[in-house]
Amino acid sequence: MLARSVTHALVGLEPRRVEVEAHIDGGLPGFAIVGLADRACAEAKHRVRSGIGSAQLEWPLKRITVNLAPAGLRKEGSGFDLSIALAVLAASRQVPAERLAEHAAVGELALDGRIRPVRGAFAVAEGARRAGLERILCASESACEAELGGVEAIPVRHLSEAVAYLRGESRPPPAEPPDEVSEPEQPDLADVRGQERARRALELAAAGGHNLLLAGPPGTGKTMLGRRLPSILPPLEPREALEVMRIHSVAGVLPPERPLVTRRPFRAPHHSASTAAIVGGGPGPRPGEASLAHRGVLLLDELPEFQRPALEALRQPLEDGIVSVARAAGQALFPARFQLVATMNLCPCAGRGDPAAECSCSAQRLAAFRDKLSRALLDRFDLVVTVPRPRAAELAAGPSEASAPVRERVGAGRRRLTGDALSRTKEADELLSRAVERLPLSGRGRARVARVARTAAALAGSDDVLPEHVAEALAYRSPKELAA
Amino acid sequence: MNELALASFAAANDSHLVGEPRSARVASFKAGFDAAAELERLTRLGFRFLARSDPGFPPLLRAIHDPPPGLFVRGEEEIAVLARPAVAIVGARACSAYGRQIARSLGRELAAAGLVVVSGLARGVDSEAHRGALEASGKTVAVLGCGIDRDYPAANRELARQVAATGLVVSEYAPGVEPAPWRFPARNRIVAGLCGATVVVEARERSGALITADFALEEGREVFAVPGEITSALSAGSNALLRLGATPLTCAQDVLESFGLSALEPAAPELGPAATAVRERVREGAVGADELARATGLGAGELAAILTELELAGKVSQEEGVYRACG
Repeated sequence: MLARSVTHALVGLEPRRVEVEAHIDGGLPGFAIVGLADRACAEAKHRVRSGIGSAQLEWPLKRITVNLAPAGLRKEGSGFDLSIALAVLAASRQVPAERLAEHAAVGELALDGRIRPVRGAFAVAEGARRAGLERILCASESACEAELGGVEAIPVRHLSEAVAYLRGESRPPPAEPPDEVSEPEQPDLADVRGQERARRALELAAAGGHNLLLAGPPGTGKTMLGRRLPSILPPLEPREALEVMRIHSVAGVLPPERPLVTRRPFRAPHHSASTAAIVGGGPGPRPGEASLAHRGVLLLDELPEFQRPALEALRQPLEDGIVSVARAAGQALFPARFQLVATMNLCPCAGRGDPAAECSCSAQRLAAFRDKLSRALLDRFDLVVTVPRPRAAELAAGPSEASAPVRERVGAGRRRLTGDALSRTKEADELLSRAVERLPLSGRGRARVARVARTAAALAGSDDVLPEHVAEALAYRSPKELAA
Repeated sequence: MNELALASFAAANDSHLVGEPRSARVASFKAGFDAAAELERLTRLGFRFLARSDPGFPPLLRAIHDPPPGLFVRGEEEIAVLARPAVAIVGARACSAYGRQIARSLGRELAAAGLVVVSGLARGVDSEAHRGALEASGKTVAVLGCGIDRDYPAANRELARQVAATGLVVSEYAPGVEPAPWRFPARNRIVAGLCGATVVVEARERSGALITADFALEEGREVFAVPGEITSALSAGSNALLRLGATPLTCAQDVLESFGLSALEPAAPELGPAATAVRERVREGAVGADELARATGLGAGELAAILTELELAGKVSQEEGVYRACG
């Protein structure tokens, strides 16, 4: 007797249809799973057997072969458990096979028959919709996520519930919409005292989507400023939200209670992160921090402390907005259109730029420190701000402007930027050419200044890019002490 | 070509020679020395040799009590540039942002006024002085403590090339001689010897720049020192010079006056009232952008634009987020 169920395996972010075929015939009792299953997937054998037993169903004492087709595609993880169990049950005529074929299924089995959520339910549901299926059986925790994938989710807490549903005996209660948990408070710009120039640069970065590098002695609020960038960014558009959800679902970082992402992601990996952790990778490639920050902000605190290969690997996504991870088994593409915010000290001893301290770095040490950041990477920062130590008077002053009004200005600026092309006036062009002569500006540096000047003009509500906008943009160029 | 043999002997023996030693080793070296072949080798490398007996040898350098037997010269410029009125700008290698900036603007203004800026191509103050002179399209001469074909320090290779392209790189050591600690004080006597005045920008208590100043004083040349903070170890040497009677340097004009020159008056660009206010505040002392914003009441964006305009006009300069007045 042969039965079939459908699920999806993930290749990068892409769901690929996988048919789970179960075949039962005479012979010595045994259970084999074939079809390039990895370890977690091959262990499904034991979970499925115990789960079926715990659900008071019959384990057929015959020769059982389960094939995961296409056999050439590597299957990973425990998400196939539910499909395998249901296919075995259908093959042994305990659930109607034709009804099973109308459903996709995803979930891990516990030994007592409960169904656990797995990562990537959203992508699997999307795959089911594309495959023409209308319903998906999944753990109740994944139900909201799966619904967002465009199919009806049948939340099942236990294998016996799934069986009862397929037999038409009962229908599990629909997934409860998530409680309107208010989102945790974001850090607000009002907390930052003083630092007008850095705040201005943050506003420009938010409006123009520019990458921002904050340099300066420790304790000047560089990280604090960087963490507050998401609070002045406009909310995600629905299309963007779906992209973000797909990535977060596959990475397993989507909170089950509120799967619908509305806020821009904010990721701040520690500087010990490996290249694979930053750009994604692994044998079955998984998205890295760069992709998790897609449509949001990636904060690299203490930029020169990161491993150089990890930083250089960021150059591709910074340019193309996409990470392509090539492995022997194949290639995975992860979107990674993030905004980069980085902080750094001006020298290894962190004394530089601090009037109260003296830099004790030797020339060699300083050179080694600067060598860590290639010019190619520094070139990707449109805005570079040296943050000086604030004076006592600034710290004692009242709270500064909060995030909300800044966010409104940023939103207005963004709308202007997408509208008519802002063009430079003749005077602005002359100023730019004069600056290129006087200052160490490369071709890319010139383009960078031109971009920031456009953003400044958009924020100012001007119709043209005027000389003052170019002049302001020039103030945020990479200072010579950073461009080693 | 006696001097070339002498200089080559010095190079081969790790010494710098004041006069011709009367030793058998010199005599035997000279006997086996083919001056014509050596000159040809130099020319092939694109170098020149300026012997002490040559009428073009800089008279000021000839006047010191231990002039080198000759100078090896690299660069496109005429030898005559060495005889022009020159000023040495020397100081610490590990200097502060203040020292870097002063060295740069002094180099620029003195070179613009027609003086030849001489320094040692070391890191810090020396390189900034050369860069300043290059920025002003003026003449600058680098005196090395090793062969003129050595790129030392390696970080200044490009700078050495630029100096050689419009000025001269000279050394008393023959090409191929490695840098060594005892050669730098000897080099400093040439720096001081070429110049009518020596400016010490920033120097620690026991600094090579002080050796240069000592040589200058011994030869009766003018010595200027840039006053520094009395609490800063980086200025201890230059401040000690002032206490001993060196002329305090307060602006480039001080140096120019001692040469009987006057500064080129740059055409002052029209500044708006806001830009004037910003400039006035910067002249009161080094200041960060945020404090400027508070002092002038300007918005961060507007202020950034004004500061860039002032920077382009050469009125202020920025380093590590701190703005200083210059020019």
